[in-house]
Amino acid sequence: MAELKLPVSEKSVRDLEVGDFLELSGRMITGRDAAHKWLMEEYREEVAPFLKDTVIYHCGPVVNQKDDGSWEFIAAGPTTSIREEPYQADVIARYGLRGVIGKGGMAGRTLAGLGNSGAVYLHAIGGAAQVLARAIPRVEKVFMLDEFGVPEALWVIEVDRFPVVVTMDSHGGSLHDTIENGSKTKFDELLGRKG
Amino acid sequence: MFEQVDLKETFTELVRRASTDLPGEVVDAIRAGRNVEEDGSLAQKALDTILTNIVMADESSAPLCQDTGTPVVWIKYPVGVSTRRLEADFTEAVRRATKLKYLRPNAVDTLTGRNTGNGTGRAIPSIHFEEWDGPGLEVKMILKGGGSENVGAQYKLPDTGLEAGRDLEGVRRVVLDAVVQAQGKGCAPGVLAICIGGDRVSSFEHSKEQLLRSLGDTNPNPELAELEKRLMAEANELGIGPMGFGGKTTVLGVKIGVLDRLPACYFVTVTYMCWADRRAIVQIDEEGGLTWLS
Ligand code: SF4
Repeated sequence: MAELKLPVSEKSVRDLEVGDFLELSGRMITGRDAAHKWLMEEYREEVAPFLKDTVIYHCGPVVNQKDDGSWEFIAAGPTTSIREEPYQADVIARYGLRGVIGKGGMAGRTLAGLGNSGAVYLHAIGGAAQVLARAIPRVEKVFMLDEFGVPEALWVIEVDRFPVVVTMDSHGGSLHDTIENGSKTKFDELLGRKG
Repeated sequence: MFEQVDLKETFTELVRRASTDLPGEVVDAIRAGRNVEEDGSLAQKALDTILTNIVMADESSAPLCQDTGTPVVWIKYPVGVSTRRLEADFTEAVRRATKLKYLRPNAVDTLTGRNTGNGTGRAIPSIHFEEWDGPGLEVKMILKGGGSENVGAQYKLPDTGLEAGRDLEGVRRVVLDAVVQAQGKGCAPGVLAICIGGDRVSSFEHSKEQLLRSLGDTNPNPELAELEKRLMAEANELGIGPMGFGGKTTVLGVKIGVLDRLPACYFVTVTYMCWADRRAIVQIDEEGGLTWLS
């Protein structure tokens, strides 16, 4: 398995392929529905440096505020990514993101965007809230906490060997399409019909 | 009856157990899946991560998954016990469990989008009561995650597109279709909890009730037992695998229940339960003695 340090260059990301298992270390940011909409309403200068050349994680964490006021993630698995399909390609292009982490994969518009911008879709293990929370040793900063609430806020986090699989790459490859097509062929066979 | 017994505390413990500790046979099924996957495959890595996660959650008494689901509860009670009290006590237990972070505040006002903040809301928890002849209480609960709930499906037979008629072969065809539609999106490998018959509501409810069965049990109806086995084998031939990464482990179990139906209706309901197949059961005797089952 390969370790991938964040921030990452466009070239390194273009070298990645569907099926690669990676462990991410470095700085990334969380964001889901409210964040994606907000990032596209106008250019958010204050957040932009935290998006450039790193990845956005589709995650609504359970957080704990410690006595000294700092935050920690106590459960942090991925949420379903397809809800961000209308925004994702544009958010990637506008802010220079190199990837997205989530679950369930995304569709054609995002796949094309990955190719145009040089980015990847990374699938985390759904439901593995404890393993993933422990791979997030530090919360650096949070944007829009009061406005969006804990799950929807943009959390700037530091990750240490955060496990993901490349399931959509910058060459048009999608593991989701491959698996779905394979399963449909088998399904037709089991039902005794021609595909 | 049960006036002296602190049910709130017992119910809170029931929720904690369900949220942090998977039933042994579910863990065994995940491990068995891991062992049939190719060494070094993405499927095996996904299952290894899940198995590590299960150990961590149990050891630290923390939620297995951050989506702690809807508590769906079935309570059997003796004559003379107030179901209003049972409902109030269970709801209070969900609030406590949320405060203790065994559950995430997981109830949202549908119209305003505001989180209720305490884990409870209209129909959350969802509680079903049944009076029985026993002297004690039996409380069974599942925590039903949202991602997997989203990929559940209800079919009405006949279904011409799938060439599915009103017989068990028709049932087989629509259930396999549900698995193909779900792909890995319900956090596969999942458990298929199925009801044949009923109306649209009772069919969903009875399908969920199948999740109270142990994965290793055998359906008392031999025809259904056969179909459960066949569907499990065929679903695992689809190659979807854990998280939809590809592989041999797409479902961990198939459980089928039956209700009677109207002549005009033939529903087949598939509830998809993710690998986080959380369940807890407790029996409470009149003195408050507890027997924990899972
Ligand atoms: S589907 Fe299940 S395992 Fe996946 S995120 Fe939801 S509750 Fe967790």
